[in-house]
Amino acid sequence: MTLRIEPRMSVPRWLSPAATILALVVALAISGGVIAFVGGDPIRSYLHIVGAAFGSVGVISDTLVKATPLLLTGLACTLAFRMRLWNIGAEGQLLLGAWGASAVVLFPLLPAGTPGFILIPAMMLAGALAGAVWGLIPGALRALLGVNEIIVTLMLNYVALLWIQFWVFGAWSEGGFQQSEQFPPEAFLPRLTDFASAVPALGGLTVHLGFLFGVGAAILVWLVLERSRWGYEIRLVGDSPEAARYAGVDIKRLIIVVFAASGALAGLAGMSEVSGVVHRLQDRFSPGYGYTAIIIAYLARYDPLKVIIASILFGALILAGREIQPSGVPAMIQGVILFCLIVADVFVRYRVRLVRTGAAAGAGAPGGSATSEA
Amino acid sequence: MDVTLLLAAGIATGTVLLFAAVGEIFAERSGILNLGVEGMMLMGAVAGFSTAVSTGNAWLGLALAMLAGGLISLIHAVVTIHLRADQVVSGLALTFLGTGLARVLGEGLSNAGETARMPVFSIPLLADIPIVGPVFFHDQSVLVYVGYILVPLAWFWINRTRPGLHLRAVGEAPAAADAQGINVYRTRYVYVFVGGLLAGLAGATITLAVSPGWFSDLTTGGRGWIAVGLVIFAQWSPLRAAFGAYLFGAITRFVLDVQGVQSVFGIENPFLPGRSATFLLGMLPYLLVIVVVVLGSREAARKRVGAPAALGTPYVRGERGV
Amino acid sequence: MTAAPPSPPGPGLGPPGPDPAAPERPPALEAIGIVKRFPGVLANDGVDFDVRPGEVHALLGENGAGKSTLMNILAGLYRPDEGEIRVDGAPVSFGSPRDAIDAGLGMVHQHFTLVPSQTVTENILLGLRRPRFYLDAGRSEGEVARLATEFGLRVHPKAKIWQLSVGEQQRVEILKLLYRGAQILILDEPTAVLAPQEAEELFRTLRAMTDAGRSVVFISHKLTEVMAIADRVTVMRRGRVTAAGQPAAGVTKRDLAQLMVGRDIVGLYDKAPFQPGDVLLSASDVEADNDRALPALRGVSLEVRSGEIVGIAAVAGNGQAELAEVITGLRPCRGVIRIGGDVVSNRPPKHAIKAGVAHVPEDRTGVGSAPNLSVADNLIMKRFREPPVSRGWLIDDGRTRTLAEELKDEYAIAAPSVDTRARLLSGGNLQRLILGREIETRPAMMVAVQPTRGLDVGAIETVHRLLLERRDGGAGILLISEDLDEILALADRVDVMYEGRIVGSFDAQTADIQQIGLLMTGAGGDEPGDEGVAGAGDLGPAAGPDVAETEAST
Repeated sequence: MTLRIEPRMSVPRWLSPAATILALVVALAISGGVIAFVGGDPIRSYLHIVGAAFGSVGVISDTLVKATPLLLTGLACTLAFRMRLWNIGAEGQLLLGAWGASAVVLFPLLPAGTPGFILIPAMMLAGALAGAVWGLIPGALRALLGVNEIIVTLMLNYVALLWIQFWVFGAWSEGGFQQSEQFPPEAFLPRLTDFASAVPALGGLTVHLGFLFGVGAAILVWLVLERSRWGYEIRLVGDSPEAARYAGVDIKRLIIVVFAASGALAGLAGMSEVSGVVHRLQDRFSPGYGYTAIIIAYLARYDPLKVIIASILFGALILAGREIQPSGVPAMIQGVILFCLIVADVFVRYRVRLVRTGAAAGAGAPGGSATSEA
Repeated sequence: MDVTLLLAAGIATGTVLLFAAVGEIFAERSGILNLGVEGMMLMGAVAGFSTAVSTGNAWLGLALAMLAGGLISLIHAVVTIHLRADQVVSGLALTFLGTGLARVLGEGLSNAGETARMPVFSIPLLADIPIVGPVFFHDQSVLVYVGYILVPLAWFWINRTRPGLHLRAVGEAPAAADAQGINVYRTRYVYVFVGGLLAGLAGATITLAVSPGWFSDLTTGGRGWIAVGLVIFAQWSPLRAAFGAYLFGAITRFVLDVQGVQSVFGIENPFLPGRSATFLLGMLPYLLVIVVVVLGSREAARKRVGAPAALGTPYVRGERGV
Repeated sequence: MTAAPPSPPGPGLGPPGPDPAAPERPPALEAIGIVKRFPGVLANDGVDFDVRPGEVHALLGENGAGKSTLMNILAGLYRPDEGEIRVDGAPVSFGSPRDAIDAGLGMVHQHFTLVPSQTVTENILLGLRRPRFYLDAGRSEGEVARLATEFGLRVHPKAKIWQLSVGEQQRVEILKLLYRGAQILILDEPTAVLAPQEAEELFRTLRAMTDAGRSVVFISHKLTEVMAIADRVTVMRRGRVTAAGQPAAGVTKRDLAQLMVGRDIVGLYDKAPFQPGDVLLSASDVEADNDRALPALRGVSLEVRSGEIVGIAAVAGNGQAELAEVITGLRPCRGVIRIGGDVVSNRPPKHAIKAGVAHVPEDRTGVGSAPNLSVADNLIMKRFREPPVSRGWLIDDGRTRTLAEELKDEYAIAAPSVDTRARLLSGGNLQRLILGREIETRPAMMVAVQPTRGLDVGAIETVHRLLLERRDGGAGILLISEDLDEILALADRVDVMYEGRIVGSFDAQTADIQQIGLLMTGAGGDEPGDEGVAGAGDLGPAAGPDVAETEAST
């Protein structure tokens, strides 16, 4: 018996979503097994997650809050991954973005009392810029010196974490605690609950403007990737750098630009987090959004619009997972999901079957004799 | 601070990176990029430590740590070798999985307290050599000595033996190797597994020898990734990997030790714990990895020696290959 | 089918090997009723084939006839779906190439299976069972050197494969088989990569091997070669044997051609009169390095005029690939290349595209197309920056599709839709896609590299027709091919390249193949009075544009 894997000539429309859903189900089943093995109750855990994430309007709002940084970093990864640039540094770029946005208030770059309609855009700009710079480093190293971007982005994540710590333990520390003082209210992104005085039903809803930024960014990234010359170049390079060069694409410049844009999106995520949720800069405010973003991008199959859905799902997992014991469960589930998705992807792209003969040979290439005669 | 003590501690710390890097070299030489080193190390670390806690036997812990690393690496092997999935994505997934699983399994281990460790001893005669002796052969863990043996052994295996010849062929030109009757898939499985074993060993080296204890995913603190970076710097040679690993070990120790000094020449040490400048100093190893990878890439480009040609590419018989 | 007729002692040229054709002795190798299916293709349909000890048996057929499939089965790479293989009369079953090698069967593939980063000796030791563990480099190198001398295969045992020429690499492949004690050697189109003189050297080696009692299976589609080297000939067409084991002495080229393609071979094309116009491309003193930083072009000067096809004849690896790359901006160089006065050398590839240089690259799947993008996306690769495909920063999806549909129909690209991924196209269809895309921009200048390699007969004719149409439409075409017949059929002028220099220029009508062959191997330099040798490049007026025959005869 041997495994025979042949590429599919055509993929039925239903297959890809079906495989994705099946992968999620299998992943939850496997994770459930592990939870049961370490003495937990998987059914209760999952019910808890659903209840805690979608049980009421209030928690749905909380889920969207968690989904916001995931959405923006997920888009950052999607943009880069489409070009097969492995930006694993969305986490670091998010942290730098948060730092940049905070700097506007804490240095302060703009005087105290600056009205919100100036302050907020300034913070967005600073956050995106700081993220872009953090993305530019691996981008430039990759484009100009051929340095592996995976290692550089990862190392920069650790550096970014220490950079935040340097500030919140030092110059910006609030009374020796590992956090800055709270931002002035002008620096807060508006939340639904802020309008509760006008519409009482909105009371307690924490979802903030950042989520809208995220949805807007998703549409923008989709437009860029699918409908613009720039996106065409990105897809071309992602599929075949040699073909892209042949088509006249300036790959080096594109790498740098895409990395910077990717970093800017992640930086925006950091800004939205400090300005919309935490309202200050503090140590370890991100539970690894930038890493989860990698899985989200993959789950969405690098489709910016699907990133919206995927980030909401993972927002729910992170929100509800905080209360699940043991604490590693959400992280583990993410890993299992990613593996199940990878395997599901194989079944979408290839026809996999067991063949009785012991023939290791003969797994003919597509087009059979055409290749064998070539 | 005592330089020989610092270096000796650096060697011990570097041994962690050494095992992980040599393991990754084996996997990459066969053409499989396994970015899951961090996850495999954490699996090894937790398996080794929890076994040592519950049985009191560090050796048993070591064996189970290697097994844990090896077994989890097989997931990556199946997915990338047989199912031809993207090696980068699969490696990342392995990191997530290993990290999450280790955290789940390590729940409560942080409070385990004192446990069994790997034995520490000096090598007679060699320990008496000036400078070299105290650094390399005095009061080191048995795992450090294993590292000394592993490096030349790995080099010899890769460059002077038939299995090594076949390993290199599979990583450079799998189609050519296949045509000569070498089983490409089996070779890759074996070396991915070996990589997993060594990553597990690296994890156990932390929890059973170098800095015993379980600190959740901070136990490795990115050292799995540093090992992956070292492989590029080492240009896939175990000898260079050893050099890099020990160097990094020393630097990591230096960053820790410098915080224990009150003042130098009457100037107060700005890196005392609690001082925020400590965090800038803490960046040093990570920044150094970037520098080292840049240097490695430059040198590789100049000397035209690079990654194994088939690295990252699934092998499918009959398809246009490398 | 009567697979191995108990034929009387072989044809006149039977080698003096050890008892080559005694009737009672079984064939060295016998394949009976081989069937092999690939998805959608019946590659071998009940094929019988046999090889006697001490003979050269040619297997003839067009691309796609099933020769390579049959040989891959005999070499253990594929498993037949049906049929039997016998070695020395005993049935065998090969699960892998190693089983075949153990049975004394070895194959030299068209694409060599060597490890570039390893030495000749390491490559020869690859996959062997002994020495089991420790490799004593010195001892093995000695053995390899001895074997190389015995059969006249000149190659250094310590050299790294990537440093060797294609001809030398082929010798390593043969050495590999001899070192394994192969009795039957299968050579898949071995001369495709060789210059005529190198081919003759190979033939001498093959003779030395059959004289020593070994057998050779020689796969080819070149009739002349087959007639020169083979004792017997088997012809295949569309997966079947059309002539089994005919003595080569008893057949004519014409017979074989008929058997091979099922009709008379088409001769040269009817070309429109040669009426060159202005100089389009001029390169002067161009130097460039290859990927290994070794000099690939050492001062090339050439011109291509509008309305002419200039063929570059060269053995693989003599700088012709790099020449195409410097013209299209894909490789940096020293010297100047102009397209109609506009300097294109050392400019980004985009510049050459804008200057009207179309490029049909050698690597269709890696360079010429993006395999996972749609047919439509592949068709706009060169024009996505301009209207009507683009509108400012945006790409107009609707117009892209319309354009793609038009091209798909016009160039008969067989694909389910324009959304089909390019990798699912057959070689011929992919090449039609690339040619369609490149021609559609009405380029002033075309660089076509190996445009028909690996295509079937029908596709080759299409490609040739399209190129000639462009020439007649006033484009200048630089045709780089390792197939000398193709160059002579299409080109108006022929430049011969050797080691990065142009060592000769000919008018295609009057060119002497023998002379070109000599120059391709670097042997032409000694010839006195050779018009092409001295002036590496100054060929504009010398090429005789006034020779303009109305029709090329067969």
